[in-house]
Amino acid sequence: MSLQTSFLCISLLLPCVQVQAAINVFTCEPEWAALAKELGGDQLDIYSATTALQDPHHIQARPSLIAKARKADLLICAGAELETGWLPLLMRKAGNARIRAGQAGHFLAAEHIDMLEVPEKLDRSLGDVHASGNPHVHTDPRNISRIAGQLYKRLVGIDPDNTDIYSKRYSIFEREWQDAINVWNNQAAAVNGVNVVVHHDYWSYLIDWLGLVKVATLEPVPGVAPSTGHLSQIKQLLNTQPATMIIDTSYMNDRPVQWLSKQTGIPVVALPATVDYQGGESLYDWFKHIVDLITGQVE
Amino acid sequence: MNSLEFRTALAYACAFSLSVTVTHSSAETDDVGRTLEEYDKRLQSLEQRDAQSVNTGGTDATFNPAISIILDGVFASYKNDPGEYNLPGYALGGEAGLSPEGFSLGHSEIIFSSNIDDKFFGRFTLAIAEHDNEIEVEVEEAFFETLALGGGFNLRGGRFYSAIGYQNQQHRHAWDFHDAPLIYRGLFGDQYFDDGIRLSYITPTDIFVEFGAEAFAGKQYPAGGENGGVGSWTAFTNTGGDIGISHSWQAGLSYWSADDVEREYGGHAHTATAPEVPLFTGDSRIYGANAIYKWAPQGNYREKNVKIQFEYFNRDDTGDILLNSMPPEASTLDSRQNGWYLQGTWKFMRHWQAGIRYDLLDSDNAGSDMSVLDEAGLVNYGHTPERVSVMAEWLPSEYSRIRLQYNRDDSYQVPDDQVHIQYTFSMGAHGAHAF
Repeated sequence: MSLQTSFLCISLLLPCVQVQAAINVFTCEPEWAALAKELGGDQLDIYSATTALQDPHHIQARPSLIAKARKADLLICAGAELETGWLPLLMRKAGNARIRAGQAGHFLAAEHIDMLEVPEKLDRSLGDVHASGNPHVHTDPRNISRIAGQLYKRLVGIDPDNTDIYSKRYSIFEREWQDAINVWNNQAAAVNGVNVVVHHDYWSYLIDWLGLVKVATLEPVPGVAPSTGHLSQIKQLLNTQPATMIIDTSYMNDRPVQWLSKQTGIPVVALPATVDYQGGESLYDWFKHIVDLITGQVE
Repeated sequence: MNSLEFRTALAYACAFSLSVTVTHSSAETDDVGRTLEEYDKRLQSLEQRDAQSVNTGGTDATFNPAISIILDGVFASYKNDPGEYNLPGYALGGEAGLSPEGFSLGHSEIIFSSNIDDKFFGRFTLAIAEHDNEIEVEVEEAFFETLALGGGFNLRGGRFYSAIGYQNQQHRHAWDFHDAPLIYRGLFGDQYFDDGIRLSYITPTDIFVEFGAEAFAGKQYPAGGENGGVGSWTAFTNTGGDIGISHSWQAGLSYWSADDVEREYGGHAHTATAPEVPLFTGDSRIYGANAIYKWAPQGNYREKNVKIQFEYFNRDDTGDILLNSMPPEASTLDSRQNGWYLQGTWKFMRHWQAGIRYDLLDSDNAGSDMSVLDEAGLVNYGHTPERVSVMAEWLPSEYSRIRLQYNRDDSYQVPDDQVHIQYTFSMGAHGAHAF
């Protein structure tokens, strides 16, 4: 609601309270809920389908999610087939034309950034590969900035009455975000070129941003748990190419990384997969936490 | 009008009723405006870069249509002769019956599905099964569904599995046991589909509430016969939600009705004599209720989960039973058949799942000539069919499954021990399964 209308409604004391019903936003992952919160504040009624402890590849199109998608004015998801196992079914069930592909209410973050790890070959034996590239785009704050710009435009398109509010919030967010990136860049200069091992290729954009060097991935192919044979091979490899840390993702089973850490003495850094939006965390808090955890390994 | 338009209209109404404008603090607006201009420029340059670079993000680079092939096979072992199988009080029809003894192909499926354009989705399912050394190819699904109707409405047309009950809409490869629950075997011949349309509506509420109705040609078992218009129809409602992050539930009621049915039961074979095929003509009604509960720690179903599934059905048939014996015999029929099953599965590790199921049926069938009903298999002599099943599955990935299942089957008067070893593999694109 714009300042004008809110002022008018208050002054009139008309039953305009109904007008205050917010724009319903449905996000597939909590990072987009956190971003929408930054840009829309109280104008948006935001629901995240998943939490930071859930694996966004494997979600069930539960009745509760269908009900939320049915009411949504705007859907925000990572895209790049991350949600391919459940989102198409959810959208079909929900019967909500506002959020179908091609509409203003359908926003996929991956459509607005340059994708990493776009495969040259598609084969089920290569695991859960995504034809469009690595979908975990939120792990680089520069991507967040780009996506914020596009999302801001989308919010204005959907709810033009409140353009002023979105504009103001976006400009503040963008200014503060660039400042934060500069701080993190300085803080993380020490980890540039450091060797790391990852559990799942979840952090590719973060690695790209911080200039880390990935020497191995524990999963032999995406989505497939490592066998002991594969882990032994990585152990061998780490003899010749020592790594500083093993990066794990919070929602994953940590047994393989703990085993490797015990065998090699390389510390495990368990990074929270995304923002704990439901717990009140912000995008800034989450990135700061991640940068602190990683730089903490290099003193 | 959607809620946004409604809000906009209301807002304008407020504004016009006063014809007053209020200006912002201009200094603040200017400041914001300048910053935004800069960002706009930056965004534009990024967008140009987008257009130049090869960016496949978000576009659908996969095959169209998505093709999925299900390989399914079973090794079955029985203590009794599977040819003797019957369900007293229920004349069997459709695909009801036991898998052949020894090795056999199960229900292989080829599924094509795709968004046809931005307004329609379509799916085509061919099932290939072998019955008595004959390969049968059956079109199980061939339907379109709307994507753009909006307002919570969906329209589906063509051939599809009816929304009656809960398990009925699941493809056979998604069932948690090798065989159908006894009540599905007894009433639907394992599974009910027909040609028709479905309209469903989801309410704009925080809790999931769905209402729907289907109209069918009425050609498929347990209906049957020729109908100029709508031969059978259903009405259903479902509701569901979450309790915290780890618990979910769904409950549903459904109703099926068919008048002037000509239902042909499967051949009820007497050894060494010609089969006498019972034919039911009359009106049929089915009422169903179901409840599903699922638990997965933190909502991560892939690692661990528990699922509890309950369904109850009751069927009332009134009409006549005709036997095509020489000479033909007939009886009136006033029938009431009901039963339920309760099953639970427990996925205790990512690659392992176990389950248990209990089935119980009852029936109360009366007519003018009980000997005819007896010939048709509709007299239960006080026997209530009952079955206990246990199973364990190894799931090397989401696309493969090896299952061992044991049934203690008291379907008929001589208890049977049944063992099934089943494999199910899915190749190609695999669509999501509904809750």
